[in-house]
Amino acid sequence: MSLFSKKNKEVFTAPLGKNNPVTVQVLGICSALAVTAQLKPAIVMGLSVTIIVALSNLVISLLRKTIPNRVRIIIQLVVVAALVTIVSELLKAFAYDVSVQLSVYIGLIITNCILMGRLEAFAMSNGPWESLLDGLGNGLGYAKILVIVAFIRELLGSGCLFGYRVIPQWCYDHGYLDNGLMLMPPMALIIVGCIIWWQRAHNKDLQEQ
Amino acid sequence: MNTNKNSYTFIYASIVVIIVAFLLAFVSSALHSRQQRNIDLDKMKQVLASLNVTGVKDAEATYKQYIVSEQLLAENGTVVTSTKPYQMGAAGDNGCAFKCSIADILTKRPVYVASVDGQTKYVFPLYGNGLWGPIWGYVSLNADKQTVYGVYFSHDSETPGLGAEITNHEKFQVPFGGKHVMKDGRVALSVVKNGNVKDAEFEVNGLSGATFTSKGVSDMLQKDLNAYAAFLKAESNQ
Repeated sequence: MSLFSKKNKEVFTAPLGKNNPVTVQVLGICSALAVTAQLKPAIVMGLSVTIIVALSNLVISLLRKTIPNRVRIIIQLVVVAALVTIVSELLKAFAYDVSVQLSVYIGLIITNCILMGRLEAFAMSNGPWESLLDGLGNGLGYAKILVIVAFIRELLGSGCLFGYRVIPQWCYDHGYLDNGLMLMPPMALIIVGCIIWWQRAHNKDLQEQ
Repeated sequence: MNTNKNSYTFIYASIVVIIVAFLLAFVSSALHSRQQRNIDLDKMKQVLASLNVTGVKDAEATYKQYIVSEQLLAENGTVVTSTKPYQMGAAGDNGCAFKCSIADILTKRPVYVASVDGQTKYVFPLYGNGLWGPIWGYVSLNADKQTVYGVYFSHDSETPGLGAEITNHEKFQVPFGGKHVMKDGRVALSVVKNGNVKDAEFEVNGLSGATFTSKGVSDMLQKDLNAYAAFLKAESNQ
């Protein structure tokens, strides 16, 4: 079995498109609303989730044959929580600035539905390599949506990207106003809704009969 | 092996928990001193930021260069202890202003005495509540103990783009410079709703869309600076 067989590629690429965790499986919506007011936290959150999903998928996949069925959710949770805590401690010791920026988000990772969803649906029944790919794919699929939403919200909400002003001053002088509503969580939900709408309109497979 | 047996489940769960507990305890204690050092360095950077010293590379050296002494004050404004900057040891961590815990700010009244270009500045720590979680900061006053030299605010979990903008130096922190603090023996320095500044000597515009965080900053300034009222008044009478 080759490492990059067609099936493995599919495992990695599906979550980026047709089986996106946010827009198709509708998981991880809570954090998609919370951290997307600006691009920077969205990217950091996306990367952190990618790393944690990939690692926890790998660990659970290695343990999958030994885990007692009745306590499997608890075991999954313990593994995820331990990984998140260790990553958080390491950041505090070696990359303090990053950990300050992540602050609350790193704790939010534990409660991210994508993690439990992937562990339960994929890692429990697939090998370590496939699980690792699946974790990376889903994490990046999640990050992709976060970045798109954050791009729209930061641009229209505060006229900035990465904190730098991109809408020129003369626009404001001629009466252009930032849309304050864009910074509120409801707007993130509406943007995610629009992305889902667009994706379904372009993907016949996703439409229900 | 039958993984559905009760005994197996019990033993498995116990082993997992014990392994994870040891792992976390090991990671935590192995990294503790390094983390504490990072927290201290970060605190120095925050104190320096309130003195408008930013982009610091070597926090400890710069801190010792600007800060003359760290003091703890009595309620009447007299100095209880005065230690060299970031000096641990003899008096123990409890005795020095740098390690004063946030719970003790109101009773121990730590103050950092700094010297910027030959001018004496006083830095006061602040700690309060924002909308979602704690906010904190440092405010530095000029030698007259009456006018603000600079401020630094930070937060744990305020909304990005709204309440989190209290960390925005240009937009929110710069306007504090030059404001007066005390009026008739009370702290009058405050943050008001954006556009509602009536007394520009004491009031700063809040952030629109972040009413509660702005109010939190205002309350924090009033509550914590009031603890120093005697100290701040002492100088103005002279």
